[in-house]
Amino acid sequence: MSFLEYAPAPESTALLNLQSEYGLFIDGEFRAGSDPTFSTISPATEKRIATIASASTADVDAAVAAARRAYDSTWSRLSGRDRAKYLFRIARLVQERARELAVAESLDNGKPIKESRDVDVPLVAAWFFYYAGWADKLDHAGLGPNPRALGVAAQVIPWNFPLLMLAWKIAPALAAGNTVVLKPAETTPLTALLFAEIVQQAGLPAGVVNIITGAGSTGRDLVNHPDVNKVAFTGSTSVGREIARSLAGTSKKLTLELGGKGANIVFDDAPIDEAVEGIVRGIFFNQGHVCCAGSRLLVQENIHDEVVDRLKERLSTLRVGDPLDKNTDVGAINSAEQLARISELSEIGEAEGASRWSPACDLPSEGFWFAPTLFTNVSTASRIARDEIFGPVLSILSFRTPAEAVAKANNTPYGLSAGIWSSKGSRVLAVADKLRAGVVWANTYNQFDPASPFGGYKESGYGREGGKQGLAAYLAPAGLPSRAAERASGAAEIDSGNAEQGEAAVVAGAGGTAGNADSAGTTDTAGTAATEGDLK
Amino acid sequence: MTIDKVVSPASRATEVLGGELTESSLKRYLNGISGVDAVGLEARAADLGSRSIKTTSKAWALDRIISLIDLTTLEGADTPGKVRSLVAKGLTPDAADPTCPRVAAICVYGDMVPAAVEALGASHGLDEVSGGINVAAVATAFPSGRASLAVKLADTADAVAAGADEIDMVIDRGAFLSGRYGQVFDEIVAVKEACRRADGSYAHLKVILETGELNTYDNVRRASWLSILAGGDFIKTSTGKVAPAATLPVTLLMLEVVRDWNRLTGEKIGVKPAGGIRTSKDAIKYLVAVAETAGEEWLQPHLFRFGASSLLNDVLLQRQKLATGHYSGADYVTID
Amino acid sequence: MSRLAVPKTYKLYIGGKFPRSESGRVYEVLGASGEFLANAAKASRKDARDAVVAARAAVSGWSKATGYNRGQVLYRIAELLEGRRAQFIEEITLAEGVSSSEAEAQVDEAIDRWIWYAGWADKYVQVAGNANAVSGPYFNISVPEPTGVVAIVAPQTSSLVGFVSAVAPALVAGNTVVVIASEALPLSAISLAEVLATSDVPGGVVNVLTGSPAEMAPWLASHADVNALDLVGAGELDWVQLQIDAAETLKRVFPPESGPDAATPSLARIVGFTETKTVWHTKSLI
Repeated sequence: MSFLEYAPAPESTALLNLQSEYGLFIDGEFRAGSDPTFSTISPATEKRIATIASASTADVDAAVAAARRAYDSTWSRLSGRDRAKYLFRIARLVQERARELAVAESLDNGKPIKESRDVDVPLVAAWFFYYAGWADKLDHAGLGPNPRALGVAAQVIPWNFPLLMLAWKIAPALAAGNTVVLKPAETTPLTALLFAEIVQQAGLPAGVVNIITGAGSTGRDLVNHPDVNKVAFTGSTSVGREIARSLAGTSKKLTLELGGKGANIVFDDAPIDEAVEGIVRGIFFNQGHVCCAGSRLLVQENIHDEVVDRLKERLSTLRVGDPLDKNTDVGAINSAEQLARISELSEIGEAEGASRWSPACDLPSEGFWFAPTLFTNVSTASRIARDEIFGPVLSILSFRTPAEAVAKANNTPYGLSAGIWSSKGSRVLAVADKLRAGVVWANTYNQFDPASPFGGYKESGYGREGGKQGLAAYLAPAGLPSRAAERASGAAEIDSGNAEQGEAAVVAGAGGTAGNADSAGTTDTAGTAATEGDLK
Repeated sequence: MTIDKVVSPASRATEVLGGELTESSLKRYLNGISGVDAVGLEARAADLGSRSIKTTSKAWALDRIISLIDLTTLEGADTPGKVRSLVAKGLTPDAADPTCPRVAAICVYGDMVPAAVEALGASHGLDEVSGGINVAAVATAFPSGRASLAVKLADTADAVAAGADEIDMVIDRGAFLSGRYGQVFDEIVAVKEACRRADGSYAHLKVILETGELNTYDNVRRASWLSILAGGDFIKTSTGKVAPAATLPVTLLMLEVVRDWNRLTGEKIGVKPAGGIRTSKDAIKYLVAVAETAGEEWLQPHLFRFGASSLLNDVLLQRQKLATGHYSGADYVTID
Repeated sequence: MSRLAVPKTYKLYIGGKFPRSESGRVYEVLGASGEFLANAAKASRKDARDAVVAARAAVSGWSKATGYNRGQVLYRIAELLEGRRAQFIEEITLAEGVSSSEAEAQVDEAIDRWIWYAGWADKYVQVAGNANAVSGPYFNISVPEPTGVVAIVAPQTSSLVGFVSAVAPALVAGNTVVVIASEALPLSAISLAEVLATSDVPGGVVNVLTGSPAEMAPWLASHADVNALDLVGAGELDWVQLQIDAAETLKRVFPPESGPDAATPSLARIVGFTETKTVWHTKSLI
């Protein structure tokens, strides 16, 4: 026998206690949706997991109204200390139900259980734990004393890290004092609904967190709802663009975390074995369904062949298959639609003259699968070198000098992430400086932490999630110096969504932290106020 | 165990270095080897360690671990009696189960080699006898290596003459850390020569790096290359007398080196983590690392060993659990 | 016999040079009481395009300069402005019809704001950036970086203060700008450009267009090589459409502001047109 085959080691699904049907979670309770239901399926087997409600426009109204009521009547009146305690409760409940959440995530999304178990769910708990501690320390968030919450946050998240993206959205929003209506992706609603149960268990006041399921139209209704003060979206650049358009002229504060085509740059003095691991982690982690994936490998020409050889050898040990098997490295593609896109772009890659390679691997007959794939001889003009594939497909290009590497890395409308592999510190720092990307990983890749801001340049979106920047995305400065302060203080008392005027005043005085301004643009009103005196 | 072909280490090294073999060319070559990122290496090791080995794979792994063990006693208090007891344990690890495989070798100090050889009797020799066991001797002023070269060579020759099949030598860490790579190289070459038997065959040479004293992964990688260049048949992590001894990341790193050496020359070099591996669970992680790094063919006694003593009993307990379905207890395995 | 005055020709400022509009157009700039003051160049979309090219070319050098260096260059502008106070006071008096003491106060305010921003150049990174304590063996730091080329519609009701208040903060971080001056009050902007041209500000870092904001702004809002859009002075334009245009390439946008507090000095104005870059590096000896 071959030891390397490893006997199956399936994670037990016994601890999953799923309902056969899930409603919308509005105002603290599950209720039926008004639109026709849909099924969520396991992408590994195409078998139905549960029936999911679909929120109509009226349901969206109800959810936003519940969030508004909760904001006005309870959440905005609660002390930061108590908000913190609720969030700590959630963090603990996530830890206690970690295994169950991991299994549900792998079942619904198709990602390997070792990732949902060791990455997604621990990070979810960490995110709530981190932001819980911020709730009573908002004065230090960089917006001056007594910053205020924005109100109702509309949050739309993608299917690649369903529960983790929920945590990235909900934890900072609640810590800052907002209430939320969140829409999970159509293909991965399960863990968000389990999270709704956790919200109930934690005893959160009704309406503080509302989870509505549905298709794209539900998300559109949500972000365009007039009583929403903040929109946070993670997903494709095309949808992000549409949201930015539709929010033009409103006072809604917007953060967008969109697509990417991350360059992973390997210099000839790289720690080679770790670089190979990093390349693998960069593109095959989560089947490449990662906006910051290192999907463009830029290898210094003098080690190109060696790196490709080592990569091929390493890929041959990747285990593709049942997401619930603890030894699976690469799971299922999330949907038939995504599989079609990956297949199409890969075929285009071949047609454009790139050389395609995949290790021998037996793919299951049911479900959506795509073997880990490398493309060599990729030209910079090729679509597989420019378009986000969002799958386990790596395009390999070469460069000769650091300047060429930087130029090629930056030659994209995206600017989310990049990797650098080199043992030379000064080179790493110089290249990191020149890369136009929001996250740069040096001698590592795809690391995430609640304390570390994450977000893009250019068409990868604006605003940051994580860290104090991620908190600021859900806050506005309390008041403003000089004449604007009088208007703003009037506005603060209204503090409901109708405070159009007050909001506008704050926007203007704060130099446009609302609207489409980068949320990284935190305002230091204390500093401004101090200097105002000198100026006037 | 003997080496079939005799290639002079110096000529092999010259070939690999692509030029004259000098202190400075050796230094240039070793310093030119790609560095190691510690965080990445440890993350990869942890990842390999998270493989879930169950049922049939586990049963196979447990038996394989036993057959890869250098059952070891390296105490000042060792006596021929203790060695005989160890040999008996190595030959019959589980008295209640005759299907239990034997260990690969008994590893002792040089003066205990005659006792081990005598105790093994007809079962001496991994390659010579079916079910045979080798005798490995630590030599070269083990564990510190702080003796003159003459003493180290005499130590080695003495053990080989007494019937040792394998010599576990230590490198001069002092010389290595002060950059005298040539000296370390020459010493390994000399010890290898001291492994030569009267009939022209060689005792198998394992080169102990003592990774706990080399301190950095970069050093471990260079020392591994140096030891292989100088003719070592195996590279071994530790003496077991210095902490930390074998770790999964260090072993993974050494496995990467033997894999790369194989890619470069076609030769297969063995790896022996020693010291600190006490549980089946840990040992299985090493098997995974071997299989997924160097390849499954390395999972045989000529290419991979565990230097261990207490590991054997834990594996036996796990074997019993698999066979009976119940957890076993310490009183159901023998103290060697 | 009184001396015949030499009237000044007000041209555009693009890439460190003072071209006329490629369209050859000019428009009459009138004083507060309707008298003719000067002809200003009426820039076209092609001038706007050329300005973006110049601004893009200048990004690399300006953003690479050290904060200390940028601070000194910006401070130098304040020094030069101080030496030409009389000219600006006269221009503002004529253009806005205000008293010379009011004009003087405006010039002083503009100079002081310029100095305030100059002082931020080597500090905003410390205030807006941070080291991040992540739970792993990683060095992790977040720093703000300039976003690139910023297009600005300057406040329309102010000759100098508004212009300075919109341009200076964008420059502090290392952005380069294409700014559409006040349509009715463009003369001080061009005079300021003349100050910039003789200062140490590299050509292309600031590009000044005069003419119709309504004509030019849509071209800048939709220009794919513009990274950010400051609509502070666009309140009278169809600024919602400009935001929609800007969404096509996900530009960062500041909304219009009005009144005397428009573009009030703030750190947010600097940081708003920066991008936070977070760098991770592994950290371990062995």
